[in-house]
Amino acid sequence: MTHAIKTLVVIGILSSTAILVGCGGEEKSVGIDPKIHTDALFAVMNADRTNYTKLIVQRLGPKGAGAIVPKEEWKDIENGAPLPAQMFRAGAEAVRDLNDTFTYSLQSIWPINKQNAPKTPMEEQGLQFVVDNPGENFYGTETLGDKKYYTAVYADVAVAAACVDCHNEHKDTPKADFKLGDVMGGVVIRVPL
Amino acid sequence: MKKVFWVLWLLLTVGLASYYGYMMWYGSDKSQLLIGETSYGHYQIEMACSTCHTSPFGGPEVLQNACVQCHGEELDAVNDSHPKSKFTDPRNADLLKVIDARYCISCHTEHHKDKTRAMGLTLPEDYCFHCHQDVRKNRESHKDLGFDTCASAGCHNYHDNLALYEGFLVKHANEPMFNAIAKIPPRTAVQRYQEKYPDAQAVTIVDIDVSQYQGDLDDALMHEWLESAHGRNGIECKDCHLDKKSPNAWIQKPSHQQCESCHQQQVKGFLEGKHGMRLAAAVSQPLPAISPGESELPFKSDALNRQHSCSSCHSDHTFDTKLAAVDACLACHNDKHSTAFLSSPHFVLWQKELSGELPENTGVSCATCHMPRIEKGKDGSNNFVSHNQNLTLRPNEKMIRPVCMHCHGLGFSIDALADKQLIETNFNGRPIHHIPSIDMVLEREKSK
Repeated sequence: MTHAIKTLVVIGILSSTAILVGCGGEEKSVGIDPKIHTDALFAVMNADRTNYTKLIVQRLGPKGAGAIVPKEEWKDIENGAPLPAQMFRAGAEAVRDLNDTFTYSLQSIWPINKQNAPKTPMEEQGLQFVVDNPGENFYGTETLGDKKYYTAVYADVAVAAACVDCHNEHKDTPKADFKLGDVMGGVVIRVPL
Repeated sequence: MKKVFWVLWLLLTVGLASYYGYMMWYGSDKSQLLIGETSYGHYQIEMACSTCHTSPFGGPEVLQNACVQCHGEELDAVNDSHPKSKFTDPRNADLLKVIDARYCISCHTEHHKDKTRAMGLTLPEDYCFHCHQDVRKNRESHKDLGFDTCASAGCHNYHDNLALYEGFLVKHANEPMFNAIAKIPPRTAVQRYQEKYPDAQAVTIVDIDVSQYQGDLDDALMHEWLESAHGRNGIECKDCHLDKKSPNAWIQKPSHQQCESCHQQQVKGFLEGKHGMRLAAAVSQPLPAISPGESELPFKSDALNRQHSCSSCHSDHTFDTKLAAVDACLACHNDKHSTAFLSSPHFVLWQKELSGELPENTGVSCATCHMPRIEKGKDGSNNFVSHNQNLTLRPNEKMIRPVCMHCHGLGFSIDALADKQLIETNFNGRPIHHIPSIDMVLEREKSK
C-alpha cells in the first residue's frame, strides 16, 4: 500500500512537472521560412503579371480585340489600360497601403524611370546577380532605417515582344538591345525580420 | 520657506493643468490653446480644433487621417504624383529621415504662418533636391536650373501634374494661342431635370401654396420666383421652404441643406471651398458662416459683415446664374485681379455673350475660371458647376485643363498662369516670359 502511494505520488509529481513545463514554458514561434515566404509571394506576382499580359493586354489590346489601349499615359486616354509593368507597380503600391508585413518593387539596373534604379547595396548586388546567373534567385538580409529585412531578388524576364519593343524604343531607356528571354530587371521582395 | 515654494509650485502646476485641461475638453473658446497663427488654408476652422486633432493625444497618424478626410478625394482625382504609398517602401527609409513624405504635415506644418509659403508649404522651396538631385546629371536641359524653381516656375507641381506631365506636353505642343472653337462646356442641369421630369409644368400664381407661411406675402418675391429657372420648371415655394422631415414647419431662410436636396454636387463643392468650408459636416463643431471681414484678402468695406450662404451669390428667388457669375463676386472681392476684370478681354467676351452678340458659352466670367463647369459623362450631358473656388486656384496650373484649354493652347496657358503681373491685370495683355517646358520635351522627343 505504501509502495502504491509512493508510486502515485511520483507519477503525480512527474505529471505535474510535465504539464507545468508544457504549459508554462515560452512557446517557440515557428514562422514560415522567409525564403519560402518570398518564393511563394513571387510565384503569385509572376503568375498575375503573366496572366495580365497574356489574358488582358494581348487578348484585348491592339493586337487582339482592340478594346483597350495599353499605354504609359493610360489614365488620360479613352479605354486606356496600364502596361503590365505599371499594373505590377500599382499592385505594389496598393499592398503597401493595405499591409506592412512585406513590400515589393520592380527595379532594374537599366531603368526607364531613374527612381527605379537600385538604391541600396543589396539591391545593386541582387539585381546584378540575377542578370549574371540566369534562372537563379538572390537572397540576403539588410538593415534599412532601423529595421532588418530579408530581401529576395527575382529575375524579371522579357516574356513578350511588347516588353522588349517598349523598353528598346522608350526615349529614357539606357539599354536598347533587349531580346525576348533577357533579364530586364528584378522583383525585389522584402520581409521585415 | 523652501516648503512654501514647493506648495506654491504644486498649486500653480495643478491650477494651470486644470485650467488648460478644462479648456481642452469642455471650453467653448479654445483660442488660448492655439500654438501659433493658422495658415490661410485653415484659419476659418481653427476654433474647431478636433476637426483635425480628432484625439487630444494623437500623433501624426491622427492628423494624417484628418488631412486625408478632407483632401484625399481631390488628390486621388488628380493622380497625386507623390502619394503616401510611394514612400512606404523601406528602400526609401534614408529619404524619410530627411523629409518624412508619408505625412502631409512634414511639408505643411500648421500653426506656423510666419514660415508658411505659397501652397501652404513650410519647407524651403528647394525640397525637390532631396530625392531628385540626379536630375541635373541626367537631363542636360536641367543642369543649370535651381531646385527652388522646380515647383514654382510653372513646370512641375508636387501633387497635381495633370497638365504638366511630359506626354501631355508633347500631345499639346505647338497649339495656337486661341483654339479655333473657343467655347466652355454648356450648363446641362435644367436639361437633365426636364428629361427626368418631362411632365413638369411652370408654376403659376394660382399654384403657389404658402398655407404654412405666417407672414405677409411679397408679390415682387413671388414674381421673381415664377420667372426664375425654378419657377419655370415647376419647383414650388414649399419645395425649398418646407422641412422634408416635418412638412408643416416653414423655413424662413432655407440654407445650403435645403439646396443640397437637389444640388448635391454644387453644395459639395461649396462646402469644400473657402466660401462654405465652415459649414461642412467634417468641421467638428458648428461655426458661423465666413464673412469677408475675417479674411486677409481685400474686400469691399460694405461687404465685410456679409455671411456666406448659397443665396449670398444666387440672390434668393431669382437665382440668376449670370448675376452669380460676376456681380456677386465683385460685390465683395476688391483685390487687383478682381477689380481688373472689368477692363479685361475676358469681360468684353462676357458682355458680348450677355448682349447676344456672341453665342452662349463663349463669354468668360469670374465663375468660368474659378467655378468651372466640369464635364461629366461621355456625351457631356451631365456637366455641373464646381462651387469649390479653390479647385482650380492653388496651384493655378490646376486651371489649365478644366478651364484655360477650352479656349487657349497649352503653351500659352502655361505662360499666362506663370506671369504674376498678367494675373494682376486679369490677363489684359500677353505673357512676358516663356516657360520652356514644352520646348524641353520636344527636344527630348527629337533626340530619342
